[in-house]
Amino acid sequence: MMTAARPTLSSVSIAITGSGGSGVMTAGEILLEAAALAGFYGLMGRTSGPQIRGGEAAALLRLSDAPVEGYGDGFDLLIAVDWAGLERFAAEIPLAAQSLIAGDSSLGEPPQSMAAPGARRFDLPLKAIAKTIPAGRPNMVALGFAAALLGLADGALEAAARRSFAAESDRLAPSVAAIAAGRLAAAAVEGPWKLPLATPRFGERWLLTGNEAAGFGALKGGVRFVAGYPITPATEMLEWMSPAIAEIGGTLMQAEDELAAINMAIGASYGGVPALAATSGPGFSLMTESLGLAVAAEVPVVVVDVMRSGPSTGIPTKSEQADLNIALYGLHGDAPHIVVAPNSVADCLLTTEWAVKLAEALQVPAVVLCDQLMGQTRMVVERPPETTFAGERRFASANGEAYRRYALTPSGVSPMAIPGMPGLMYTADGLEHSERGTPSSQAKDHAAQLDKRQNKIESVDFGPHWAMIEGEGEIAVLTWGSCTAPAREAIARAKSLGLAVKLVSLRLMSPAPRERLAAALAGTRRVLVVEQTHSGQFARYLRAEHAFDAELRSLSRPGPLPLRPGDILDALMRWSRR
Amino acid sequence: MNAPSAIVLAAKDFKSDTKPVWCPGCGDFGVLTSLARALADLSLRSEEVVLVSGIGCSSRLPAYTTCYGFHGVHGRALPLATGLKIARPDLTVIALGGDGDGYSIGGNHFLHACRRNVDLTYIVMDNHVYGMTKGQASPTTEPDWDNPLTPGGIGVRPFQPLVIALASGANFVARAFSGNIVGSAEIIAEAIRTPGFAFVEILSPCVTYRPEQRQWKELVRPAPVGATDDPARAARRILTDDGFNLGVLYCGSRKPYQPQTVREKKTLEDVAREFRL
Ligand SMILES: Cc1ncc(C[n+]2csc(CCOP(=O)(O)OP(=O)(O)O)c2C)c(N)n1
Ligand code: SF4
Repeated sequence: MMTAARPTLSSVSIAITGSGGSGVMTAGEILLEAAALAGFYGLMGRTSGPQIRGGEAAALLRLSDAPVEGYGDGFDLLIAVDWAGLERFAAEIPLAAQSLIAGDSSLGEPPQSMAAPGARRFDLPLKAIAKTIPAGRPNMVALGFAAALLGLADGALEAAARRSFAAESDRLAPSVAAIAAGRLAAAAVEGPWKLPLATPRFGERWLLTGNEAAGFGALKGGVRFVAGYPITPATEMLEWMSPAIAEIGGTLMQAEDELAAINMAIGASYGGVPALAATSGPGFSLMTESLGLAVAAEVPVVVVDVMRSGPSTGIPTKSEQADLNIALYGLHGDAPHIVVAPNSVADCLLTTEWAVKLAEALQVPAVVLCDQLMGQTRMVVERPPETTFAGERRFASANGEAYRRYALTPSGVSPMAIPGMPGLMYTADGLEHSERGTPSSQAKDHAAQLDKRQNKIESVDFGPHWAMIEGEGEIAVLTWGSCTAPAREAIARAKSLGLAVKLVSLRLMSPAPRERLAAALAGTRRVLVVEQTHSGQFARYLRAEHAFDAELRSLSRPGPLPLRPGDILDALMRWSRR
Repeated sequence: MNAPSAIVLAAKDFKSDTKPVWCPGCGDFGVLTSLARALADLSLRSEEVVLVSGIGCSSRLPAYTTCYGFHGVHGRALPLATGLKIARPDLTVIALGGDGDGYSIGGNHFLHACRRNVDLTYIVMDNHVYGMTKGQASPTTEPDWDNPLTPGGIGVRPFQPLVIALASGANFVARAFSGNIVGSAEIIAEAIRTPGFAFVEILSPCVTYRPEQRQWKELVRPAPVGATDDPARAARRILTDDGFNLGVLYCGSRKPYQPQTVREKKTLEDVAREFRL
């Protein structure tokens, strides 16, 4: 049984698969919400093939009595609504001998590649069962089947279904009937998948995706203008923000392209309204010239890059961390700016809010590197704590003297005039300029303004949020972004095997927190660098920007396969034995 | 446009003391003077006017005024101005630049700015050449104009910006000439006063790379008929004239785009409610 291999977490991982339109995502979302309402924790990621509609899709769930932030090593249950294109998910849905594959034999058999480890097969005649119910659908039968195996109570499931079909009430009754029929079908199956009795929960819990969390964090940070151009997997962030920002008195614009989106955001921010653009790699590439403009003209702006596999159009629907290089180094010239990265779905909120505050306070662009895995995963989290970040934009006030927009101040931040303020008129400029903003090609002005812009982001105190640090040990895992969850789980397992490992997950990538990272790793002899890129971008960045006393080793893999806790645990155990 | 100010500024008050980098005789001097005059005629306050430009000789203009300005990157004046105007509808926002900036690298934004019809004025100083990069063909250059980058001429049909603006939905289309200060100032003032996207193409000679454009002052003339509100008729007139008819050629009555603002604002706590289990 798979759960036996998990000494610290008792969780059940379920994949619900089917062709596009078969409703696997709806089934998965209802299952997650039902588990959440019943008091459990859990998450649901989504993966799909390249087709716009009609292609294969999979809802990947993991449910537990304790908070879970990432996928496990494999899946305990695979429920196939149909078998279409399933073999393409073989690598993403690893099964073991103890796993169960449930699906409709009348529609075919599981692909050889998935059945190979010897997973148990259960014939679940979804189509035939659904036919017995007027307007019954196989996905709802599958949902009932899964809920029964997990031991989820009827009430929670019905409440979740009610919420899901709130807008299509005619679908509720057939769905409830199909769910009940699916439950009956599960009676014949024996297995270890029952979730324990949920511990009563007292605190408020939220159910949201990373894209929603980032959007909400932006609004909390004060963003009142958003511009974007549709792109997977950032579109949902824009779609979530569109009504939400309107409701609180802001605006979202659909731009004609990302060149326009970033410039609209810069224009709004120049007008005094905190602004954001959301995109993914291809769009981020288009924005880089104008991000340099925001650096030079000192206009605060936030860009959220929900990373997907690259280069070029790459794999639009799947995650990777390979935009690190462009976010850090992609602007031409010496262009100091902020790059931060959330380390979990919930942290997308905090990190984006922080990015807005940093951008505003430092009058600089801030890039938030999120990714598809966090962005599109829906997760049960504790209500995120209220965090107060220092940092407001400093505005100029008329003082009779000729206004110097780019005045050389001790902090490097110069008070900003906003159109409408009398007596402070100036022209913001991407051309190098004097303190007054007048274009200048003189060496002394260039040096002074380069120093100023560097100084303002390097001399500021970034506070405690620069990294998430847990545990102690002679060996450490140094990671970032969505690799944090599996790293954390690997470290918990290592601990139960007698190996103490420290976790450092970097939230502030640029400017490089050199001293803080060195202090955090003082006394550490070995550092395992964990990331999801092909070329080891994070490890290269660390070697280039930071000094290490410890020995560094890199565990790096490109998308779309996530790093799994077991991969990281193996690397740790192998290295510690040497 | 903002409400007229009680303290009326003279045209010269809209010019800053920064000395333009332009070549002596460049048409853009005339555009600067016309614009200053239009702003004075409209009794605007300089702190309520923002000039947004791209890159090129012509795009240097904002710093030569006493208004707020944004000299951005090549081709992106329109989206920057759009974001500013949507976020700050209280301001008078004027985008400006050259023909390369607006029709080539920024061509896509030109189409969509016309379509969107945000209450902006867009002034293009068209000299049928890339001045700043020292004389290459632009989208409005004649196909046989010889130059070092495309010897013998670029061999490509010039672009018809006014017709494209009409087809894309601009609410106001006019042609002016930089040498005609009073006429240009009137047209600019009318463009600013007209709600929606107002496009003013100003023929503005590049005396350095296109010295033959000094002749333009002999060729320009007022358009024989006044503005129409029929885009098809305006398009036909523009397509059949020789490019030197001046004046407001089209003035429509499309409602400008301005996103709805909510009256009863929700709080962030209200927004977060949807996340709660
Ligand atoms: C992305 C980018 N590409 C190229 C340039 C170089 N460049 C500067 S101005 C210009 C053309 C300017 O021509 P136009 O817009 O017609 O203005 P003019 O100088 O004639 O007033 C070019 C190509 C640039 N600054 N940025
Ligand atoms: S190069 Fe031409 S457009 Fe540029 S300033 Fe000189 S005359 Fe004017």
